[in-house]
Amino acid sequence: MARLTTRSALLVLADGRFPAGGHAHSGGAEAAVKAGRIRDAADLEAFCLGRLHTVGLTAAGLAAAAALGLDPYELDAAADARTPSPALRTAARRLGRQLMRAARAAWPDPELDALAAAFPGGAHQPVVLGAAARAAGLGPEDAAHCAAYETVGGPATAVVRLLGLDPYRATAVLARLAPVMDEVAARAATAAHGGVDALPAASAPLLDITAEQHAAWPVRLFAS
Amino acid sequence: MHLDHGHSHHGAVSADAHRPDGTRRALRIGLGGPVGSGKTATVAALCRQLRDTLSLAVVTNDIYTREDAEFLLREAVLPPERIRAVETGACPHTAIRDDISANLEAVEELEDAVGPLDLILVESGGDNLTATFSKGLVDAQVFVIDVAGGDDIPRKGGPGVTTADLLVVNKTDLAPHVGSDLGRMARDAAEQRGELPVAFTSLRSAEGVGPVAEWVRERLAAWTAAPAPTA
Repeated sequence: MARLTTRSALLVLADGRFPAGGHAHSGGAEAAVKAGRIRDAADLEAFCLGRLHTVGLTAAGLAAAAALGLDPYELDAAADARTPSPALRTAARRLGRQLMRAARAAWPDPELDALAAAFPGGAHQPVVLGAAARAAGLGPEDAAHCAAYETVGGPATAVVRLLGLDPYRATAVLARLAPVMDEVAARAATAAHGGVDALPAASAPLLDITAEQHAAWPVRLFAS
Repeated sequence: MHLDHGHSHHGAVSADAHRPDGTRRALRIGLGGPVGSGKTATVAALCRQLRDTLSLAVVTNDIYTREDAEFLLREAVLPPERIRAVETGACPHTAIRDDISANLEAVEELEDAVGPLDLILVESGGDNLTATFSKGLVDAQVFVIDVAGGDDIPRKGGPGVTTADLLVVNKTDLAPHVGSDLGRMARDAAEQRGELPVAFTSLRSAEGVGPVAEWVRERLAAWTAAPAPTA
């Protein structure tokens, strides 16, 4: 149950410096930049908005459900079913493992230990994120906010690096999207209370397609 | 429910000296340094020199994902299953210092896949003079600079030059051609580093990477001789 005293734990978990491997993933932004679909801050905003309402909502729902304590096996299967791209499934499990390492160091917890033991190859990142939030004493809304923020924070940082985009403009994009993040997180958390079958299953086919192409590039800066 | 005490395969304590089965894990040595100083060539030479007596693996962190791994494969210094490449999201120092999770995954997967290993070399992507490895990732680090990068680099200092467990000054054969004063580099390095060792190498010479290999063997002997880790 989220208490007011856990707000700082949310900041620790959501911090871009939390060492969970996200810095090496662009959320599809590297492929979009190369294809010319992201050239400036306006493009980045459109890209992030699209991510929020699709994969962001889906990830936030999974994270909220995991934070509620729903069955992690069912949630992981639900995440698999919602991730058609094999490259993105691999990336999600890898990131789940990396996040697990950081979460167990930050908030030692028997439930996290059990989840790590149950998924030696890594559970999907949003499922681990929700479990980490739970271990930190956070609630489903917090986990959903964290997932929503990560959905756009990663691409924004990646585009700053890839295009040399003005970091103030990139940060302003995130600030403008904050109300949408709140809305997406609220929808996700509400859905999570309805159980695994009620979780959002929105997807972005172009992100799946470009993720497969990106994984085959011989030269790339980001892991996904 | 399985409760462990921080040394499971997915252990939260990154610098743990033992593996899930309680055995001592491989010694991990990081190699960092500026672009073009000869990190990959040094790694390749070390592999050639050590592979017959030690069980080795390499993790590369090139800014462009697979360049260094492919160089090592092309040179056939190790079988492909002993080389892993880590993507760094255009930030090589982040992957070896601030968020080491991808590199930890890589070293652990290598030990699982081709272990037991004696030694894992973790090569950083080319970076600047401030790049250093986290102690959570490696047990010791080598900083590789070269004489053609300017003989004032040891004087400039910075964390790599000043604190690395071994400073390698590479390409000494080029010194006369680029006007670098090796004596000055040695004096400046000693000033910055105190008792910490410095190796001057020319990978084209007969001695080649010998001094670095010797240092690695000493580190490995110390690692192996250390008291067995307590679980």
